Amino acid sequence: MSWEPVIGLEVHVQLATRSKIFSGASTAFGAEPNAQACAVDLGLPGVLPVLNEDVVRMAIKFGLAIGAEINLDSIFDRKNYFYPDLPKGYQISQFQTPVVGRGSITVHLDDGTTREVGITRAHLEEDAGKSVHDMFPGQTGIDLNRTGTPLLEVVSEPDLRTAAEAAAYFRQMHTLVRYLKICDGNLAEGSMRCDANVSVRPAGSNDLGERTEIKNINSFRFVERAINFEIERHIDVLESGGTIERETRQYDPDRDETRPMRGKEESEDYRYFPDPDLLPLSIDQAFVDAIAADMPELPEARRSRYREAGLSDYDAGWLADDPDVATYFDAVLVQSGDAKQSANWVMGELAAHLNKAETDISAAPVTPDQLSQLIARVVDGTLSSKTAKTLFEALWQQEGEVDALIDSLGLAQMSDSGELERIVDEVLAANPGQLEELKSGKDKLLGFFVGQVMKATQGKANPQQVNELIRAKL
Amino acid sequence: MADSIDIEHLARLARLSLSADATTRARGDLGNIIAMIDKMQAIDTSGVEPMANPLDATQRLRPDVVDEEPDRDALQAPAPETQDGYYLVPRVVE
Repeated sequence: MSWEPVIGLEVHVQLATRSKIFSGASTAFGAEPNAQACAVDLGLPGVLPVLNEDVVRMAIKFGLAIGAEINLDSIFDRKNYFYPDLPKGYQISQFQTPVVGRGSITVHLDDGTTREVGITRAHLEEDAGKSVHDMFPGQTGIDLNRTGTPLLEVVSEPDLRTAAEAAAYFRQMHTLVRYLKICDGNLAEGSMRCDANVSVRPAGSNDLGERTEIKNINSFRFVERAINFEIERHIDVLESGGTIERETRQYDPDRDETRPMRGKEESEDYRYFPDPDLLPLSIDQAFVDAIAADMPELPEARRSRYREAGLSDYDAGWLADDPDVATYFDAVLVQSGDAKQSANWVMGELAAHLNKAETDISAAPVTPDQLSQLIARVVDGTLSSKTAKTLFEALWQQEGEVDALIDSLGLAQMSDSGELERIVDEVLAANPGQLEELKSGKDKLLGFFVGQVMKATQGKANPQQVNELIRAKL
Repeated sequence: MADSIDIEHLARLARLSLSADATTRARGDLGNIIAMIDKMQAIDTSGVEPMANPLDATQRLRPDVVDEEPDRDALQAPAPETQDGYYLVPRVVE
């Protein structure tokens, strides 16, 4: 029998605020344990949570970006469970009325196709603390710095059909929240994590199979691997006559497998109820309108703009995917006016240098201004592709400005055709054997001679012009 | 009605260890509460908006400003055990 996987993701987006969702404690990463856990975060008696305005603003911004309904009235609920890293014994979340309702997001797949993935809802909640199991023998250490960090939990419809689609969706979400500047997108620091709901059903069926939930996946690669493992496991169990139990599992990247999480034998029973400490949240339409008026260009719009400028789907996606790359590319494009050249340089030489130096594009030593001047000099014929690379290297080493470097390094192409002709003659004369073969029709040798001339001119000749000169001599 | 209350389940969720005596009492108390809720359920509330809070007011928002400098030593003073800034609890096997 062939099986169809059905996958939905819950993505937890850590909102990039300075202070916590319900307290004025800092959210900065990497502080001393518990140095940023205040009385409100600890849930000490007598404290009252007060909602952070920017958290609401960021949630609405996300909602508008996915074309979702914005609920002007929403409620915060208590989700009750016991765990040492949850000091209050409940997490403040939104259950019945999330701030963001139904929307959708366009996911670009590797084969060039797109898929519209429905988003059921996005709600605000506070994060829990961190448990450290390997520092204290026989005990668990609890760091509550993360407690109260604002999260937007984005719940997708079960619209995904393969692990690769799920990973692409997670990536697209990463791109979107970085465009919106509502999350720093740092997966290594836990700024985005996801839970995957996985089930399989006989191909063609409209019923849903029993699902399992894989918790807390924090990398693009692991999303794909964890889901693939789980799909195979479901199929194995079902084909050998077993049944899938609804349960929560965790992915172990070292063994590349999922396994049940302990202590979840009982069905989850969170006994949600409205948090009496928090009044209903009521936003007026003007608040939403102000956010809508201030929306940045979104990834989809940027992709389309790049395609309209003449770039391929692949190039447009590559450049639009990371907002910092796109910002850099736009700055080059505006000045150079040449989309193809700009894309080639940003995706080629610049990307290779950044990669090698492990540098972020926002810290690139070659500025968009310099790169666009370099491109202008390629387009006007001053630089050959070879001397342009030499110039790029010099710019990367911050040795000076474009035109000054072209002079000081002697990078300009030879514009004196008399001088070039003399070198061509010399090269032809120095290689009589090859010249005979070329004359007798062995066209491959044309490349050899062009290469020799380029070498003799230290790359300063225009290969096109050299080509023509040699042909004229035959 | 009170018979349908799973006291053991509720006690587990609340991390309570109840003696047989206390279980019987809790069953009686919860039974009374359920009976009261049943009476309330009988009231026709069609057309009435569910109320999340009895106060006729809405959430005030605070600006995103860091204005808390937690005094960790003071906050950790009541904790049974701490070390190197961490709260220590019996080992939680993941």
